[in-house]
Amino acid sequence: MSSDTGDWVKPIPYVDAVTKPFWDATLEGRLTFQQCPGCGHRQFYPRAACTACGATPELVDAAGTGTVHTFTVIRQFGGPGFKDELPYVVAVIELDEGVAMMGNVTDVDPEAVRIGDRVQVWFADAGDRAHIPLWKVVT
Amino acid sequence: MGVGPDRTPVIAGIALSDYPVAPDLDGVQHHVLAMQRVLEDSGVAKADIDGYVSAGGGGMMVDDAVTMSEYLGIDHRWIDGTMTGGSSFEFHVQHAAAAIRDGRAHTILVTYGSDQLTRMGRTLGTGSLRAGQSRAVPGPLQFEAPYGNSLVGAYAMVAQRHMHEFGTTSEQLAEIAVGVRDFARLNPLARYRDDLTVEDVVNSRMVADPLHKLDCCVITDGGGAILLTTEERARDLKQPPVYVLGAGGAQSHWNISQCPDFTTSAGARISADVYAEAGLAPADVDTIQFYDSFTITVAVLLEDMGFCAKGEAGAFVQEGHLRRGGKLPLNTDGGGLSSNHPGMRGIFLLVEAARQLRGQGGEAQVPGAEVALAAGSGGWLSCIGMVLLGKDRPA
Repeated sequence: MSSDTGDWVKPIPYVDAVTKPFWDATLEGRLTFQQCPGCGHRQFYPRAACTACGATPELVDAAGTGTVHTFTVIRQFGGPGFKDELPYVVAVIELDEGVAMMGNVTDVDPEAVRIGDRVQVWFADAGDRAHIPLWKVVT
Repeated sequence: MGVGPDRTPVIAGIALSDYPVAPDLDGVQHHVLAMQRVLEDSGVAKADIDGYVSAGGGGMMVDDAVTMSEYLGIDHRWIDGTMTGGSSFEFHVQHAAAAIRDGRAHTILVTYGSDQLTRMGRTLGTGSLRAGQSRAVPGPLQFEAPYGNSLVGAYAMVAQRHMHEFGTTSEQLAEIAVGVRDFARLNPLARYRDDLTVEDVVNSRMVADPLHKLDCCVITDGGGAILLTTEERARDLKQPPVYVLGAGGAQSHWNISQCPDFTTSAGARISADVYAEAGLAPADVDTIQFYDSFTITVAVLLEDMGFCAKGEAGAFVQEGHLRRGGKLPLNTDGGGLSSNHPGMRGIFLLVEAARQLRGQGGEAQVPGAEVALAAGSGGWLSCIGMVLLGKDRPA
């Protein structure tokens, strides 16, 4: 990757033809998921086929709000970019539209996070190809 | 079962390579050592092997099925390279048993080997999934890699949700590790053999909430092999045959963020069919060899294999059933939690189950063991494989 990823030293997505529309939307501050025009099935992550009926899904905007479905507090991790942030929260967020995705819950005391917490998306600048969706607890 | 006695599939040989630390062996050498020992154990001549299985796992084109088949010189007419993570070997038995029943092969070798500890150190559970590779992560992992989750973290999310829904406690999960440690104390090769209490587990360092260090399996080197053949051929071999009574496998997801239900595995989808194939019920099982990558893995498998209702595993284990002398002794070799875990532990479950049914368990022998269940979890509670083995031929 020759693109400048600025302060973001963690892994970045390898943007491919199918995932590019999703990552392009993050550059505009939009969180998206896929919906099937044929059967209505909703899914995340973006794929070339609907996992329910096999048709080609469309990308639609999400509200950007969701709920912590489950999470962990990572206290030991060897990957680059993470050591300085230990401990940090990795969660599976259920979007209000019904699909789930992984993300960090940031700007929070890790000990205070609970399943069921309401969260709002924000995007970390990881360069000109992708911004990374992250989550803050809303009270 | 609709087949004559000549093609009833049995496990006729079992072997382990060296563990827990084997600094002079690479992964392929573990495969080789396990093969040499399984030939010795069973009395099978290498030239009689006509089917081969390896899940690989040691890296691209190092110990995958076709490379290993060439390396070992197996002139097979049937091959399988199914790779579902640590549960691969339970899937292999399902496939091999069907091949033997169908007459597509008569003597099938399954091998596994890993120098995980020597090569990688203790990074399996808490290192980057893509250590040493580009920062730009392709495929579905591009939606997980930016967040710094670990393998331990994935199972921790399962434990967190199980605790949330059912009130399962860290003390209940710790009981699983303590019971397995009691068996490890009987195994001179086990990685950890010192005393262990529930307090020790819950007071050990938190790795990924709510999983503590001692909720996690060890990391070791190791390998294993099994030989499957027909009951008829096994009569001329050295060991009492162990019958494959039922087997199955299923997948609910691969990457943890795609897990459709964080408290129920794909095992729940298949277990009733596997018991039905064997004509058995959970109450008929004398010992369980379960993939104890983490304490929570055992808890979920107990529920999904029908030993208790969903959500009740915590209370079930606290009743002491899994302990030495209990009604359902777990991981009589010391398991992954205390004995060995080289990366994909599923073959050790089968080896230990067969050892028990042969009556060769030594001090760890479960008295009168006639039926054993091996159940593996591969990936991130993703692919569940189960195998029911019996001392006696199926009715």
